Amino acid sequence: MIPRYQKILFGILLVASVAMGVTLWHLRQRAHERLIAGQDSAPTSAPQIAPSERATLLVANDSDGSLLTQFLSLPLPADPGARARAVLGKLLDLYAAPDAAHPVPGGASSVTQVFLLPAVEIGSGAATPAKPKLADSRAVVILSGESSARPSGALSQQFGPQLAVVNLTGSFAASHPSGIETEMLTVLSICGTLHANLPRVTQVRFLVDGAQRPTLAGHADLTRTYLAADAMPAEEIRP
Amino acid sequence: MRWTKWTLAALVACGLAAAPVTAQQAPSVPQARFVVVLDAAHGGDETGGRLTNGQYEKTFTLALTMRLRSLLGARGIQVVTTRESDAAVEPEKRAEIANHAAAQACLSLHGSESGSGVHLFVSSLAPAQPVRFPAWKTAQGAWVARSLKLAGVVNSALLQAGMSTTLSRTTLPAVDSMTCPAVAVEIAPERSTLHETTAGLGDPDYQARVATALAAALVEWRTEARQP
Ligand SMILES: [Zn+2]
Repeated sequence: MIPRYQKILFGILLVASVAMGVTLWHLRQRAHERLIAGQDSAPTSAPQIAPSERATLLVANDSDGSLLTQFLSLPLPADPGARARAVLGKLLDLYAAPDAAHPVPGGASSVTQVFLLPAVEIGSGAATPAKPKLADSRAVVILSGESSARPSGALSQQFGPQLAVVNLTGSFAASHPSGIETEMLTVLSICGTLHANLPRVTQVRFLVDGAQRPTLAGHADLTRTYLAADAMPAEEIRP
Repeated sequence: MRWTKWTLAALVACGLAAAPVTAQQAPSVPQARFVVVLDAAHGGDETGGRLTNGQYEKTFTLALTMRLRSLLGARGIQVVTTRESDAAVEPEKRAEIANHAAAQACLSLHGSESGSGVHLFVSSLAPAQPVRFPAWKTAQGAWVARSLKLAGVVNSALLQAGMSTTLSRTTLPAVDSMTCPAVAVEIAPERSTLHETTAGLGDPDYQARVATALAAALVEWRTEARQP
Protein backbone atom coordinates (compact mmCIF):
# COMPACT_ATOMS: atom_id res chain seq x y z
CA MET A 1 0.00 0.00 0.00
CA ILE A 2 1.57 3.29 -1.12
CA PRO A 3 1.14 6.06 1.42
CA ARG A 4 -0.88 9.06 0.21
CA TYR A 5 1.92 11.58 0.64
CA GLN A 6 4.09 9.47 -1.68
CA LYS A 7 1.40 9.55 -4.37
CA ILE A 8 1.18 13.34 -4.08
CA LEU A 9 4.99 13.67 -4.28
CA PHE A 10 5.13 11.41 -7.36
CA GLY A 11 2.40 13.51 -8.99
CA ILE A 12 4.26 16.75 -8.28
CA LEU A 13 7.55 15.33 -9.61
CA LEU A 14 5.83 14.08 -12.80
CA VAL A 15 4.22 17.44 -13.47
CA ALA A 16 7.54 19.20 -12.71
CA SER A 17 9.52 16.97 -15.07
CA VAL A 18 6.97 17.42 -17.90
CA ALA A 19 6.99 21.18 -17.31
CA MET A 20 10.81 21.22 -17.36
CA GLY A 21 10.80 19.18 -20.58
CA VAL A 22 8.42 21.63 -22.27
CA THR A 23 10.47 24.62 -21.01
CA LEU A 24 13.70 23.04 -22.28
CA TRP A 25 12.15 22.43 -25.68
CA HIS A 26 10.97 26.06 -25.82
CA LEU A 27 14.39 27.35 -24.82
CA ARG A 28 16.02 25.18 -27.46
CA GLN A 29 13.66 26.54 -30.11
CA ARG A 30 14.33 30.14 -29.04
CA ALA A 31 18.08 29.55 -29.02
CA HIS A 32 17.84 28.09 -32.55
CA GLU A 33 15.82 31.08 -33.73
CA ARG A 34 18.33 33.47 -32.20
CA LEU A 35 21.15 31.62 -33.94
CA ILE A 36 19.44 31.90 -37.34
CA ALA A 37 18.59 35.54 -36.71
CA GLY A 38 22.19 36.23 -35.71
CA GLN A 39 23.64 34.91 -38.98
CA ASP A 40 23.75 37.39 -41.84
CA SER A 41 22.04 35.21 -44.39
CA ALA A 42 21.16 38.10 -46.70
CA PRO A 43 22.93 37.75 -50.10
CA THR A 44 26.05 39.91 -50.38
CA SER A 45 25.41 40.36 -54.11
CA ALA A 46 22.45 39.92 -56.39
CA PRO A 47 22.04 36.36 -57.65
CA GLN A 48 23.50 35.80 -61.13
CA ILE A 49 20.23 34.96 -62.78
CA ALA A 50 20.10 37.16 -65.87
CA PRO A 51 16.74 38.34 -67.05
CA SER A 52 15.48 36.88 -70.32
CA GLU A 53 15.92 39.13 -73.30
CA ARG A 54 15.34 38.79 -76.99
CA ALA A 55 18.45 37.51 -78.72
CA THR A 56 18.97 37.54 -82.48
CA LEU A 57 20.65 34.49 -83.97
CA LEU A 58 21.79 34.20 -87.56
CA VAL A 59 21.30 30.51 -88.17
CA ALA A 60 23.00 28.80 -91.08
CA ASN A 61 21.14 26.45 -93.38
CA ASP A 62 23.19 24.00 -95.43
CA SER A 63 20.43 23.15 -97.86
CA ASP A 64 20.56 26.54 -99.57
CA GLY A 65 23.65 28.13 -98.07
CA SER A 66 21.66 30.85 -96.36
CA LEU A 67 21.64 32.57 -92.99
CA LEU A 68 18.21 32.94 -91.47
CA THR A 69 17.41 35.25 -88.59
CA GLN A 70 15.85 33.67 -85.51
CA PHE A 71 14.67 35.54 -82.46
CA LEU A 72 14.89 33.74 -79.14
CA SER A 73 14.26 34.70 -75.55
CA LEU A 74 17.45 33.98 -73.60
CA PRO A 75 18.80 34.89 -70.17
CA LEU A 76 21.52 37.34 -71.20
CA PRO A 77 24.15 38.57 -68.73
CA ALA A 78 24.84 42.31 -68.62
CA ASP A 79 28.59 41.88 -69.14
CA PRO A 80 29.18 42.16 -72.92
CA GLY A 81 31.76 39.36 -73.04
CA ALA A 82 29.52 36.96 -71.16
CA ARG A 83 26.59 38.09 -73.28
CA ALA A 84 28.51 37.34 -76.48
CA ARG A 85 29.42 33.90 -75.17
CA ALA A 86 25.81 33.21 -74.19
CA VAL A 87 24.38 33.99 -77.64
CA LEU A 88 27.12 32.07 -79.45
CA GLY A 89 26.58 29.15 -77.06
CA LYS A 90 22.91 29.09 -78.01
CA LEU A 91 23.79 29.29 -81.70
CA LEU A 92 26.18 26.34 -81.43
CA ASP A 93 23.59 24.41 -79.39
CA LEU A 94 21.22 24.74 -82.35
CA TYR A 95 23.94 23.37 -84.65
CA ALA A 96 24.57 20.44 -82.30
CA ALA A 97 20.88 19.47 -82.22
CA PRO A 98 20.03 16.21 -84.01
CA ASP A 99 17.83 17.84 -86.66
CA ALA A 100 20.07 20.86 -87.28
CA ALA A 101 19.96 22.46 -90.74
CA HIS A 102 23.70 23.12 -90.34
CA PRO A 103 24.96 20.19 -88.28
CA VAL A 104 28.14 20.83 -86.30
CA PRO A 105 28.94 18.83 -83.16
CA GLY A 106 30.11 20.56 -80.02
CA GLY A 107 27.39 22.86 -78.71
CA ALA A 108 27.69 25.75 -76.29
CA SER A 109 30.85 24.50 -74.57
CA SER A 110 32.73 24.96 -77.89
CA VAL A 111 33.03 28.70 -77.20
CA THR A 112 35.55 29.04 -74.40
CA GLN A 113 35.72 32.84 -74.27
CA VAL A 114 34.80 35.92 -76.22
CA PHE A 115 37.14 38.87 -75.69
CA LEU A 116 36.01 42.33 -76.69
CA LEU A 117 38.70 44.82 -77.63
CA PRO A 118 38.68 48.23 -79.30
CA ALA A 119 38.69 47.68 -83.05
CA VAL A 120 41.70 48.92 -84.95
CA GLU A 121 42.13 49.79 -88.56
CA ILE A 122 42.91 46.76 -90.66
CA GLY A 123 44.15 46.19 -94.17
CA SER A 124 44.49 49.83 -95.17
CA GLY A 125 45.91 48.72 -98.49
CA ALA A 126 43.41 45.96 -98.99
CA ALA A 127 40.50 46.08 -101.34
CA THR A 128 37.21 47.47 -100.16
CA PRO A 129 34.69 44.84 -99.17
CA ALA A 130 32.45 43.39 -101.77
CA LYS A 131 29.03 44.28 -100.49
CA PRO A 132 26.32 41.65 -100.70
CA LYS A 133 23.79 42.06 -103.46
CA LEU A 134 20.79 40.68 -101.67
CA ALA A 135 17.64 40.67 -103.71
CA ASP A 136 16.20 37.70 -101.88
CA SER A 137 15.90 37.56 -98.12
CA ARG A 138 17.18 34.00 -98.22
CA ALA A 139 20.05 34.95 -100.48
CA VAL A 140 23.38 33.34 -99.99
CA VAL A 141 25.58 35.45 -97.78
CA ILE A 142 28.64 37.09 -99.15
CA LEU A 143 31.84 37.13 -97.27
CA SER A 144 33.50 40.46 -97.31
CA GLY A 145 37.03 41.51 -97.82
CA GLU A 146 38.66 43.72 -95.24
CA SER A 147 37.92 47.34 -94.52
CA SER A 148 38.88 49.97 -92.06
CA ALA A 149 37.39 51.19 -88.82
CA ARG A 150 39.49 53.55 -86.76
CA PRO A 151 38.46 54.45 -83.26
CA SER A 152 40.23 57.35 -81.63
CA GLY A 153 40.50 58.61 -78.08
CA ALA A 154 38.94 57.51 -74.84
CA LEU A 155 35.43 58.05 -76.18
CA SER A 156 35.90 55.41 -78.83
CA GLN A 157 37.12 53.02 -76.15
CA GLN A 158 33.73 53.41 -74.54
CA PHE A 159 31.48 53.74 -77.56
CA GLY A 160 33.65 52.93 -80.58
CA PRO A 161 33.69 49.81 -82.71
CA GLN A 162 34.89 46.60 -81.12
CA LEU A 163 36.86 43.58 -82.22
CA ALA A 164 35.51 40.31 -80.83
CA VAL A 165 38.05 37.53 -80.40
CA VAL A 166 36.21 34.22 -80.27
CA ASN A 167 38.14 31.38 -78.67
CA LEU A 168 36.85 28.01 -79.87
CA THR A 169 37.81 24.58 -78.58
CA GLY A 170 40.11 22.32 -80.56
CA SER A 171 37.49 19.58 -80.51
CA PHE A 172 34.98 21.90 -82.21
CA ALA A 173 37.40 22.66 -85.05
CA ALA A 174 38.45 19.00 -85.30
CA SER A 175 34.87 17.77 -85.59
CA HIS A 176 33.63 20.55 -87.88
CA PRO A 177 32.51 19.21 -91.28
CA SER A 178 34.94 20.12 -94.07
CA GLY A 179 33.87 22.26 -97.01
CA ILE A 180 34.03 25.82 -98.29
CA GLU A 181 30.33 26.49 -97.80
CA THR A 182 29.79 24.79 -94.44
CA GLU A 183 32.85 26.42 -92.88
CA MET A 184 31.98 29.80 -94.34
CA LEU A 185 28.45 29.53 -92.94
CA THR A 186 29.73 28.76 -89.44
CA VAL A 187 32.13 31.70 -89.49
CA LEU A 188 29.57 34.12 -90.94
CA SER A 189 26.77 33.05 -88.61
CA ILE A 190 29.07 33.64 -85.64
CA CYS A 191 30.08 37.07 -86.99
CA GLY A 192 26.50 38.04 -87.82
CA THR A 193 25.11 36.82 -84.50
CA LEU A 194 27.74 38.80 -82.57
CA HIS A 195 26.99 41.97 -84.50
CA ALA A 196 23.22 41.52 -84.18
CA ASN A 197 23.40 41.34 -80.39
CA LEU A 198 26.39 43.60 -79.79
CA PRO A 199 26.19 46.22 -82.53
CA ARG A 200 29.56 47.68 -81.53
CA VAL A 201 31.23 44.46 -82.65
CA THR A 202 32.32 45.23 -86.19
CA GLN A 203 35.29 42.88 -86.51
CA VAL A 204 35.73 39.27 -85.49
CA ARG A 205 38.83 37.13 -85.15
CA PHE A 206 39.08 33.48 -84.19
CA LEU A 207 41.38 31.47 -81.95
CA VAL A 208 41.30 27.73 -81.41
CA ASP A 209 42.40 26.62 -77.94
CA GLY A 210 43.90 30.07 -77.50
CA ALA A 211 46.12 29.87 -80.56
CA GLN A 212 45.83 30.92 -84.18
CA ARG A 213 44.83 28.14 -86.58
CA PRO A 214 45.13 28.37 -90.39
CA THR A 215 41.63 27.15 -91.25
CA LEU A 216 38.52 25.93 -89.48
CA ALA A 217 38.41 22.53 -91.20
CA GLY A 218 40.59 22.95 -94.27
CA HIS A 219 38.85 25.89 -95.98
CA ALA A 220 37.66 28.92 -93.97
CA ASP A 221 40.64 31.14 -93.26
CA LEU A 222 40.92 31.71 -89.49
CA THR A 223 43.99 33.92 -89.71
CA ARG A 224 42.11 36.95 -91.01
CA THR A 225 39.82 39.51 -89.46
CA TYR A 226 36.20 39.17 -90.51
CA LEU A 227 33.80 42.07 -90.81
CA ALA A 228 30.76 41.25 -88.74
CA ALA A 229 28.30 43.52 -90.50
CA ASP A 230 28.86 41.92 -93.88
CA ALA A 231 27.46 38.63 -92.65
CA MET A 232 24.07 40.21 -92.05
CA PRO A 233 21.28 39.50 -94.50
CA ALA A 234 20.20 43.13 -94.29
CA GLU A 235 16.52 42.67 -95.09
CA GLU A 236 15.99 40.33 -92.18
CA ILE A 237 17.45 42.27 -89.33
CA ARG A 238 14.73 44.18 -87.59
CA PRO A 239 14.67 45.52 -84.08
CA MET B 1 18.94 26.69 -107.40
CA ARG B 2 17.71 28.75 -104.46
CA TRP B 3 18.94 32.03 -105.89
CA THR B 4 16.37 33.44 -108.14
CA LYS B 5 17.29 34.08 -111.72
CA TRP B 6 16.85 37.77 -110.98
CA THR B 7 19.29 37.64 -108.12
CA LEU B 8 21.87 36.03 -110.30
CA ALA B 9 21.18 38.40 -113.15
CA ALA B 10 21.50 41.36 -110.79
CA LEU B 11 24.72 39.99 -109.34
CA VAL B 12 26.26 39.50 -112.75
CA ALA B 13 25.00 42.87 -113.96
CA CYS B 14 26.37 44.63 -110.88
CA GLY B 15 29.69 42.90 -111.29
CA LEU B 16 29.90 43.95 -114.90
CA ALA B 17 28.75 47.48 -114.23
CA ALA B 18 31.27 47.84 -111.46
CA ALA B 19 34.28 47.22 -113.63
CA PRO B 20 33.63 47.65 -117.32
CA VAL B 21 37.23 48.74 -117.80
CA THR B 22 38.45 45.45 -116.37
CA ALA B 23 36.57 43.46 -118.95
CA GLN B 24 37.84 45.63 -121.78
CA GLN B 25 41.40 45.62 -120.62
CA ALA B 26 41.63 41.89 -120.04
CA PRO B 27 44.57 40.57 -122.06
CA SER B 28 43.51 40.05 -125.66
CA VAL B 29 44.24 36.56 -126.93
CA PRO B 30 44.35 35.04 -130.38
CA GLN B 31 40.99 33.55 -131.33
CA ALA B 32 42.27 30.00 -131.54
CA ARG B 33 43.83 29.95 -128.11
CA PHE B 34 41.47 28.99 -125.32
CA VAL B 35 43.05 27.61 -122.19
CA VAL B 36 41.32 26.33 -119.09
CA VAL B 37 43.11 25.78 -115.77
CA LEU B 38 41.75 22.97 -113.62
CA ASP B 39 42.88 23.14 -110.02
CA ALA B 40 42.27 19.91 -108.08
CA ALA B 41 42.12 21.32 -104.56
CA HIS B 42 44.14 19.77 -101.71
CA GLY B 43 46.69 16.98 -102.21
CA GLY B 44 49.46 15.17 -100.36
CA ASP B 45 49.32 15.69 -96.59
CA GLU B 46 46.64 18.30 -97.07
CA THR B 47 43.84 15.79 -97.57
CA GLY B 48 40.80 18.06 -97.47
CA GLY B 49 37.61 16.62 -96.01
CA ARG B 50 36.77 12.96 -95.51
CA LEU B 51 33.93 11.74 -97.69
CA THR B 52 31.31 9.22 -96.60
CA ASN B 53 32.78 6.53 -98.85
CA GLY B 54 36.04 6.82 -96.90
CA GLN B 55 37.78 8.65 -99.72
CA TYR B 56 39.60 11.90 -99.07
CA GLU B 57 38.49 15.09 -100.78
CA LYS B 58 41.91 15.33 -102.49
CA THR B 59 41.25 12.01 -104.29
CA PHE B 60 37.79 13.09 -105.38
CA THR B 61 39.00 16.44 -106.75
CA LEU B 62 41.79 14.76 -108.71
CA ALA B 63 39.43 12.17 -110.21
CA LEU B 64 36.97 14.89 -111.22
CA THR B 65 39.78 16.98 -112.70
CA MET B 66 40.98 14.07 -114.82
CA ARG B 67 37.45 13.35 -115.98
CA LEU B 68 36.84 16.99 -116.90
CA ARG B 69 40.22 17.29 -118.59
CA SER B 70 39.42 14.47 -120.97
CA LEU B 71 35.98 15.92 -121.75
CA LEU B 72 37.51 19.33 -122.50
CA GLY B 73 40.31 17.77 -124.54
CA ALA B 74 37.68 16.04 -126.66
CA ARG B 75 36.09 19.45 -127.28
CA GLY B 76 39.36 20.95 -128.42
CA ILE B 77 40.01 22.94 -125.25
CA GLN B 78 43.56 23.12 -123.96
CA VAL B 79 43.79 22.24 -120.28
CA VAL B 80 46.47 23.11 -117.73
CA THR B 81 46.27 21.36 -114.36
CA THR B 82 47.81 22.39 -111.05
CA ARG B 83 48.41 18.77 -110.09
CA GLU B 84 47.97 15.36 -111.68
CA SER B 85 49.08 13.22 -108.76
CA ASP B 86 48.60 13.06 -105.01
CA ALA B 87 51.02 15.93 -104.42
CA ALA B 88 50.86 18.82 -101.98
CA VAL B 89 50.73 22.08 -103.94
CA GLU B 90 50.81 25.39 -102.09
CA PRO B 91 48.08 27.93 -102.94
CA GLU B 92 50.75 30.31 -104.27
CA LYS B 93 52.03 27.63 -106.64
CA ARG B 94 48.51 26.90 -107.87
CA ALA B 95 47.97 30.58 -108.66
CA GLU B 96 51.40 30.77 -110.26
CA ILE B 97 50.56 27.86 -112.59
CA ALA B 98 47.20 29.44 -113.46
CA ASN B 99 48.68 32.88 -114.07
CA HIS B 100 51.49 31.49 -116.19
CA ALA B 101 48.92 29.74 -118.39
CA ALA B 102 47.14 33.07 -119.12
CA ALA B 103 43.92 31.08 -119.15
CA GLN B 104 40.44 32.17 -120.16
CA ALA B 105 38.90 30.23 -117.28
CA CYS B 106 40.19 28.78 -114.02
CA LEU B 107 38.16 26.29 -112.00
CA SER B 108 39.25 25.24 -108.52
CA LEU B 109 37.51 21.96 -107.72
CA HIS B 110 36.45 20.90 -104.21
CA GLY B 111 34.12 18.26 -102.75
CA SER B 112 32.12 18.35 -99.52
CA GLU B 113 29.58 16.15 -97.78
CA SER B 114 27.82 19.23 -96.41
CA GLY B 115 24.92 20.83 -98.20
CA SER B 116 23.60 19.67 -101.53
CA GLY B 117 24.22 20.16 -105.24
CA VAL B 118 27.04 22.34 -106.49
CA HIS B 119 28.33 25.38 -104.59
CA LEU B 120 29.94 28.07 -106.72
CA PHE B 121 32.23 30.71 -105.24
CA VAL B 122 33.75 33.84 -106.68
CA SER B 123 36.42 35.79 -104.83
CA SER B 124 35.04 38.29 -102.31
CA LEU B 125 37.60 40.89 -103.43
CA ALA B 126 36.01 44.07 -104.69
CA PRO B 127 36.33 44.67 -108.44
CA ALA B 128 39.51 46.66 -109.08
CA GLN B 129 41.21 48.34 -111.99
CA PRO B 130 43.86 46.19 -113.62
CA VAL B 131 47.38 47.34 -112.88
CA ARG B 132 50.72 46.27 -114.29
CA PHE B 133 51.93 44.72 -111.04
CA PRO B 134 48.92 43.75 -108.94
CA ALA B 135 49.37 42.80 -105.30
CA TRP B 136 49.74 39.04 -105.18
CA LYS B 137 47.07 38.41 -102.57
CA THR B 138 44.45 40.55 -104.31
CA ALA B 139 45.36 39.97 -107.96
CA GLN B 140 41.93 38.45 -108.62
CA GLY B 141 40.35 41.86 -107.90
CA ALA B 142 40.86 42.97 -111.51
CA TRP B 143 39.15 39.78 -112.69
CA VAL B 144 36.20 39.59 -110.33
CA ALA B 145 33.73 40.98 -112.87
CA ARG B 146 34.74 38.34 -115.41
CA SER B 147 34.71 35.68 -112.70
CA LEU B 148 31.13 36.59 -111.80
CA LYS B 149 30.19 36.27 -115.45
CA LEU B 150 31.90 32.88 -115.67
CA ALA B 151 30.07 31.78 -112.50
CA GLY B 152 26.80 32.75 -114.17
CA VAL B 153 27.62 30.61 -117.22
CA VAL B 154 28.66 27.64 -115.03
CA ASN B 155 25.54 28.08 -112.92
CA SER B 156 23.28 28.04 -115.99
CA ALA B 157 24.91 24.88 -117.32
CA LEU B 158 24.50 23.10 -113.97
CA LEU B 159 20.85 24.15 -113.71
CA GLN B 160 20.27 22.99 -117.25
CA ALA B 161 21.69 19.60 -116.22
CA GLY B 162 19.09 19.47 -113.46
CA MET B 163 21.39 20.20 -110.56
CA SER B 164 20.79 22.53 -107.64
CA THR B 165 23.35 25.25 -107.05
CA THR B 166 24.27 27.99 -104.64
CA LEU B 167 26.39 30.98 -105.56
CA SER B 168 28.33 33.02 -103.06
CA ARG B 169 31.61 34.82 -102.58
CA THR B 170 34.45 33.92 -100.31
CA THR B 171 38.16 34.20 -99.67
CA LEU B 172 40.32 31.39 -101.00
CA PRO B 173 44.06 32.13 -101.16
CA ALA B 174 44.67 30.33 -104.47
CA VAL B 175 41.70 31.92 -106.24
CA ASP B 176 42.36 35.41 -104.82
CA SER B 177 45.80 35.38 -106.48
CA MET B 178 44.65 34.17 -109.90
CA THR B 179 44.69 36.54 -112.87
CA CYS B 180 41.98 34.78 -114.85
CA PRO B 181 38.20 34.47 -114.63
CA ALA B 182 38.16 32.10 -111.66
CA VAL B 183 35.43 30.13 -109.92
CA ALA B 184 35.72 27.66 -107.06
CA VAL B 185 33.37 24.74 -107.60
CA GLU B 186 32.44 22.65 -104.57
CA ILE B 187 30.50 19.50 -105.34
CA ALA B 188 28.19 18.22 -102.60
CA PRO B 189 25.91 15.18 -102.76
CA GLU B 190 22.68 15.45 -104.67
CA ARG B 191 19.77 15.37 -102.24
CA SER B 192 16.00 15.12 -102.47
CA THR B 193 13.68 17.70 -100.94
CA LEU B 194 13.55 15.40 -97.89
CA HIS B 195 17.36 15.76 -97.62
CA GLU B 196 17.95 12.15 -98.56
CA THR B 197 21.08 11.60 -100.62
CA THR B 198 20.11 10.65 -104.15
CA ALA B 199 23.67 10.71 -105.54
CA GLY B 200 26.84 10.66 -103.46
CA LEU B 201 30.25 12.05 -104.38
CA GLY B 202 31.52 8.51 -104.96
CA ASP B 203 28.80 7.84 -107.52
CA PRO B 204 30.55 7.69 -110.95
CA ASP B 205 27.33 8.66 -112.72
CA TYR B 206 27.02 11.79 -110.60
CA GLN B 207 30.67 12.69 -111.20
CA ALA B 208 30.11 12.22 -114.94
CA ARG B 209 27.03 14.46 -114.91
CA VAL B 210 28.88 17.21 -113.02
CA ALA B 211 31.89 16.97 -115.33
CA THR B 212 29.69 17.04 -118.42
CA ALA B 213 27.81 20.12 -117.18
CA LEU B 214 31.09 21.89 -116.37
CA ALA B 215 32.46 21.01 -119.80
CA ALA B 216 29.29 22.39 -121.42
CA ALA B 217 29.72 25.59 -119.41
CA LEU B 218 33.30 26.02 -120.59
CA VAL B 219 32.31 25.39 -124.21
CA GLU B 220 29.65 28.09 -123.82
CA TRP B 221 32.23 30.37 -122.19
CA ARG B 222 34.55 29.83 -125.16
CA THR B 223 31.74 30.73 -127.54
CA GLU B 224 31.04 33.94 -125.57
CA ALA B 225 34.76 34.75 -125.39
CA ARG B 226 35.07 34.50 -129.17
CA GLN B 227 32.15 36.75 -129.86
CA PRO B 228 33.27 40.23 -130.84
ZN1 LIG C 1 38.16 21.55 -100.38
